[in-house]
Order: sequence, then structure tokens, then C-alpha cells
Amino acid sequence: MNFVALIGRAFLGFLATAGRLVLFALAGVSHIFRPPYYYRLIWRQMVDIGYYSLPVVGLTGLFAGMVLALQSYTGFARFSAEGAVATVVVLSMTRELGPVLAGLMVAGRIGASIAAEIGTMRVTEQIDALTTLATNPFKYLVAPRLFAGITMLPILVLVADIIGIFGGYVVSVYKLEFNAPNYLKRSWEFLEVIDVVSGLVKASVFGFLVTLMGCYQGYNSKRGAQGVGAATTNAVVASSILILIFNYIITELFFSK
Amino acid sequence: MNARGNGSGNGPAPNGSTGAPVIRMRDVHKAFGPKKVLQGIDLDVGERESVVIIGGSGTGKSVTLKCILGLLEPDKGSIKVDGEEVVGLTGQARDRINAKFGMLFQGAALFDSLSIWENVAFGLIQGRGMGRAEAKKVAIEKMGMVGLGKHVADLFPAEMSVGMQKRAGLARAIAADPEIVFFDEPTTGLDPIMADVINELIVHVVKDVGCSALTITHDMASARKIANRVAMLYEGRIIWAGPVDQIDRSGNEYLDQFIHGRPEGPIQLQVRAL
Repeated sequence: MNFVALIGRAFLGFLATAGRLVLFALAGVSHIFRPPYYYRLIWRQMVDIGYYSLPVVGLTGLFAGMVLALQSYTGFARFSAEGAVATVVVLSMTRELGPVLAGLMVAGRIGASIAAEIGTMRVTEQIDALTTLATNPFKYLVAPRLFAGITMLPILVLVADIIGIFGGYVVSVYKLEFNAPNYLKRSWEFLEVIDVVSGLVKASVFGFLVTLMGCYQGYNSKRGAQGVGAATTNAVVASSILILIFNYIITELFFSK
Repeated sequence: MNARGNGSGNGPAPNGSTGAPVIRMRDVHKAFGPKKVLQGIDLDVGERESVVIIGGSGTGKSVTLKCILGLLEPDKGSIKVDGEEVVGLTGQARDRINAKFGMLFQGAALFDSLSIWENVAFGLIQGRGMGRAEAKKVAIEKMGMVGLGKHVADLFPAEMSVGMQKRAGLARAIAADPEIVFFDEPTTGLDPIMADVINELIVHVVKDVGCSALTITHDMASARKIANRVAMLYEGRIIWAGPVDQIDRSGNEYLDQFIHGRPEGPIQLQVRAL
């Protein structure tokens, strides 16, 4: 087979996969809005994604904020701009590091777990069983997870932002000996609503992507343990890459001039 | 292979059933890419009748069942349930048809995250909107019918043996009083005693509860026990169908080879060297 044909085949394969993913996403989202609503399942997913991800997202935010303060201080000290540390920490956390790091951590924790759970249900015929019991698998499995991802990630990111900014404050004040009231004043001085809102919008999109890829890969899992393993890996890798791509796109939409 | 293709179109029942069939399949085809799995299935299941489809691995037994259940869409042909065409049905129309069905999967397919009573009551709560308290009562009653005591109601599937999981799966299949129950390899992986217990339960479901049943199996002992009629599937077609008491004198060399488990005969195992 010649090289051009190989590229053509790969491109067509990519388009077919993208088409299947978009149809899957549309079906999943449409079931969020159509009754019946499984409140118990939605609540369980919100607790799983939101509450149980708090420790890992909180720790990530804390250390990201602390490192950011240290690194920006050593960098800015070279041209006597140490005063900008507070602003850099707060803007970096709210705009970028909060949503991206929380998204990646949740992709590892939740994306993998969703893909493994739904993949196992696929290979053990539990999804077929749902259909024979007159229950739509999209409504029962996919919609609650998508809804929980879209709504819980912004809350997690808000927590990560606050903890990260606090981490930067602790390092700046107690290690780098900044003046505490001044540091706080500099933190809020240049922070705008759009900085926080853009981060929360990113979080919501990332939550959607992580849960979507977990559901899609699990739902289309091939037979056997190897199939479930591959689905889990694909879910984490694909959602991580999509997070980075959409991070750029959303940043461009909010802040490009 | 002169016994193949015994009936097609909308003519009389191809396999000797009597009365109006609750399931009627005509000329059903299904392929996966180049692999043609079903090549013109004709099959009827009568009211309160137990039909068993036998056949080797890869002959299309599971695909036949999945086409009836709406889990797969046939490429061609007709499937009628209670006289209503079901090929192409989706959404609520499909759910309405599936509400007539109960299904025992090969591995029971119980939901890991739900307790046994919640599994059994699933169709009642989700499908019919029954309250949890009432559904639990019905679930425990159905569990009693398959020999599961009240004490296992709050256990989870992982805490039970395979045999008990099959019983729970059977209780779930009959919980909503279905018209037709499907059994996918109901005795696979069970010891002979538990297999016989499951066979007895299936006979009970058909005779006493009044369901029609369609079973797929390799297990001839099970087929002889639970079937009114047997249909043999080979290369995607029903090559013989008739009353269970005629399988030993069918005169069909394919059926003879299969029921006696002989390696020599017209059925060639498709074994390929790795």
C-alpha cells in the first residue's frame, strides 16, 4: 500500500471515530434533559466525582500554588519584580493551573474509573441486561456521569484555586518574608471576574470531556480483561490530550485580542 | 445439507409449532462485515411453548437471541412479537416490546452495584415505576420461587456463588411477569446438580408461571429436559426443527452428530492452526 493511501485510510478512520464520538456525546447530552431522571444515580455520581476528588485536587492545588510562588519569586528577583509574585500566583491559579491540574487529576481518577466500570458492565452483559429491562443505558449510565462531571468540576476548581492561592500566600509570607497585608492586597488588586469565570468555564468543559471519554471508551470496550484495560488507558490518554487542546481553544476565546 | 431452509416468507410455521406464535422470525439475516452469521433464520415460538435452539459455537445462536431482543439489528428479514413487527423499533416502542421479555444471561449479568433484591426488582422500579417498598416485596416473592431465601436479599452479587447468581438472574427475568423468557446457556459453568436445579426452575417457569421460553444451549441434557421443541442451528440457518422426542430419530446427520457429540460427520470443526 502506498504512503498516500495509508494517510488517507488513517484520516478516514479518524473522521469515523470523531463522528461516532460526537453522536455518542449528543445522545448522552440529550438524555440529561429528557425524563425520566435518575436522581439517586446523579447524586451518587456527584458525590463520587465531586466529594471524593477533593483530597487529590486540593493537594494538587496546594503544591502548585506553593511551587508557583517559589519559582516566580526566584525568577522575578532577577529583575527586581518580586512584587508581582502575588498577582502571578492568583492569575496563574485561576486562569490555568487550577482548571488544568484539576482536570488532569480527575481524568486519572474518574475517567479511568468510569471506563473500567462501564467497560466491565459491557463485557459482562450488564449493559445488554439494562436494555432487556426496558432501561436506556444512555439515560442510566451516561447522562448522570456527564451531568456530574459538568457541574462538579467547577466546584473542585474553585476549591483548588482557593487552596492554591493560600499555598502561594503561605510560602510567600512565611518563607519569602513578604508583608502579609501587602501580599493579600496585591493578590486581589489585579484579579478580575473574567479570570475566575474563564477558569470555571474551562473546568465545566473539562468535566464534560473526562466523563464523556470515560463513558465512550467503556461503552465501546472490547471483550475481556484486555479490552477493559485498553478502554481505561484510552479514556485517560484521550481526555488528558483533549483537556490540553480545549484549554488552548477556551483561552483563545476568552483572552485573544 | 438437504434439511436446510425449511420454510421462508410468510408461510406456515417452519418448525411444526401450533397456534399463533408469540415470536415469528422469517428470513432473518445478520452479517458482521464479511462474516455472515445468520443466513435466513425461520423460527416460531408458540404460546406457553419452550423452544430450545442447539448448535455449535459460532453458529449464530446468541446473535439470533440478540436480534429478537433488539440488541442487534438484523440486516434483512422479519421478526414479529405477538404479531407486531419489531425490526427497526427504537425508543419507547422498543421498551414496550422488551417489557414483555425476561432474559437470563449466561453469566447472570447482575448489576454489581445493586443488592440482590434491587437486581430482581430493577425492571419493576425502573421500567414500571413501582415504589421501592412494594417492589422489594415482589422481589422477595420471586426469589422464593427460585429457591432464594429472604436472607440473601441484601447481599451483593459478588458475595454469592455462580449457581445462586443464576437463580437471582432467573428471579429478575420473571420478576415483571414476562410473556416470554429467554435463556442464554442457562447451565454453562454449573455442576450437574445445580444445572439440574436450574433446568427444573425453567420447566417450572414455563409450566406453572405460563411463560413461553426460548433457550440457547449446547447442553443436550438440558435441552431434553426443558424443550417442547428443538431447533438445530448450523451455519446461520435452522437445519432441523421438531418435537424434542424426535431428535433421536430425526434422520438428520448433522443433528445426529451434534447430539451424540461425534467428531466425525458432516459438521467440520473450524480449527485453524495458530
